[in-house]
Amino acid sequence: MDITLLLTSMVALASGIPLTLLLTFASLVAGLVLAVPLAFMRASSRKWLSLPVLAYTYVFRGTPLLVQLFIIYYGLGQIGAIRSSVLWVLLRDPFWCCLLAFSLNGAAYTTEIFRGGIQAVATGMIEAAQAVGMSPLQIKRRIIFPIAFRSVLPSYANEVISLVKATSLASTVTLLEITGLSRKLVSETFAPCEIFIAAGVLYLGLTLLLAGFFHVLEVWLNGTPRAKTYKRRVTLQQVAHGQ
Amino acid sequence: MKRHLTCALAALLLVAGLAHAGERTAITIASEGASPPWDYIDQNGALAGFDIDVGNELCARIKLQCTFVAQDWDGIIPGLLVKKYDAIIAGMSITEKRKKSIAFSIPYAAAPNQIVMRRGLGLPPSDINAKLNLTDIDTAKKGTIEKLRENLKGRTLGVLRSSNSEAVVRELFGDVAEVRSYDSQENLKLDLTSERIDGGLGDRLVWKQFLDTPEGKAVEFFGPQLSGGTWGPGVGVGLRKEDTDLADALDKAIEASIRDGAIGKISLKWFGVDISPQTGK
Repeated sequence: MDITLLLTSMVALASGIPLTLLLTFASLVAGLVLAVPLAFMRASSRKWLSLPVLAYTYVFRGTPLLVQLFIIYYGLGQIGAIRSSVLWVLLRDPFWCCLLAFSLNGAAYTTEIFRGGIQAVATGMIEAAQAVGMSPLQIKRRIIFPIAFRSVLPSYANEVISLVKATSLASTVTLLEITGLSRKLVSETFAPCEIFIAAGVLYLGLTLLLAGFFHVLEVWLNGTPRAKTYKRRVTLQQVAHGQ
Repeated sequence: MKRHLTCALAALLLVAGLAHAGERTAITIASEGASPPWDYIDQNGALAGFDIDVGNELCARIKLQCTFVAQDWDGIIPGLLVKKYDAIIAGMSITEKRKKSIAFSIPYAAAPNQIVMRRGLGLPPSDINAKLNLTDIDTAKKGTIEKLRENLKGRTLGVLRSSNSEAVVRELFGDVAEVRSYDSQENLKLDLTSERIDGGLGDRLVWKQFLDTPEGKAVEFFGPQLSGGTWGPGVGVGLRKEDTDLADALDKAIEASIRDGAIGKISLKWFGVDISPQTGK
């Protein structure tokens, strides 16, 4: 193990961080914009609204992201009609192909996460909102979404962290983000151990920051940190009951 | 008595150990399997191509049983170093940089490289039969390179990752053209036909086969045939530095099979031309 090489390659690989972050956040935003309405459709009791969304999440969760990326990047490029259409302006570029694949894939997972949160909102709260005369849209915006978002935040944070690591697949379609740069460095030094460890450390740093951000967000939205156990309260109850 | 027995046992172990180290019975050879006609995966999923035939020819001559495995190009040298296999026969050029990590046999083939560009880019006609050796660049060679640089300005060029072509393109044209590195020659060709990239640099014979296919019609050779420089003296078998016995045996086998025309025959079968090194004859 060559520690000097590990450290110098970490500095070299750091130049791939902006592209990794850009891919992550752009597909995160696009995925979220897509997932929120889709989640409401998916949670709807009307079959014609929920079934098409189910088909979409089924396909995108049921196939590997790498396969989806290859279909979008190499597959679509083989179709002459697409090459001569305006779509080609974007699909020609590996960056936009990655963004499309990551957004669609991420949105499928996020839709299912939010759907669970929406369906878990207590019926009583919705009935109370109806009772005070809120419109269906108002109920969604003021009651269902805020409650659902808070309750699914930990699972959503998971999804975001997965996405950071999924961006490494961009290296298979010539983009030089952290993994792409490390593969390039390995080909120059023939030292995969040091360089891939350096890349791993960078990803670890990124996910640490994101995990921290979501923890802070969770605390902020819930007012107080979630209690880890209720041991203390149980003890008090036991005292109150004279046990 | 007991001491004698221990002694005899130790001696036996020593002899057995020595015999094992000196005499191989079988080796594993890695090839890439994605650069036809050098090496590729056939319909049955087995490796085939020039490299595989040369490998089998050499193995028959050094009387070893050989098994071929497919390995992605960018991990092929690390895989050899961690002993996943014992040799690389994958159209690998003997370069100074690679020689820092691994050893090479003498060259078993010498093949030029060339740039290809998509048709219809409005490039000026060029002499594609001219030859440019990148070792010892003089003023005349500099002029040829400068002209190439002008024509490639603003273009996007594809190369195989970890290849010498990648190093050459980045060195000669990296500041005027955009360079994209691909996992395999196959993916590079796909992007060339879908017009994501304007051209590429790689093994001339690999291009030649592609240019003869219907998809390859949209692409043409551009500029002189390139060799020397980063590419070194030719294509050799990659070996671990400590396996000198294997290197010696292979060197003799390669020399013999170049002299008696065996490699030339395999070359004609796969490339239609004889690319066995002239110096060995």
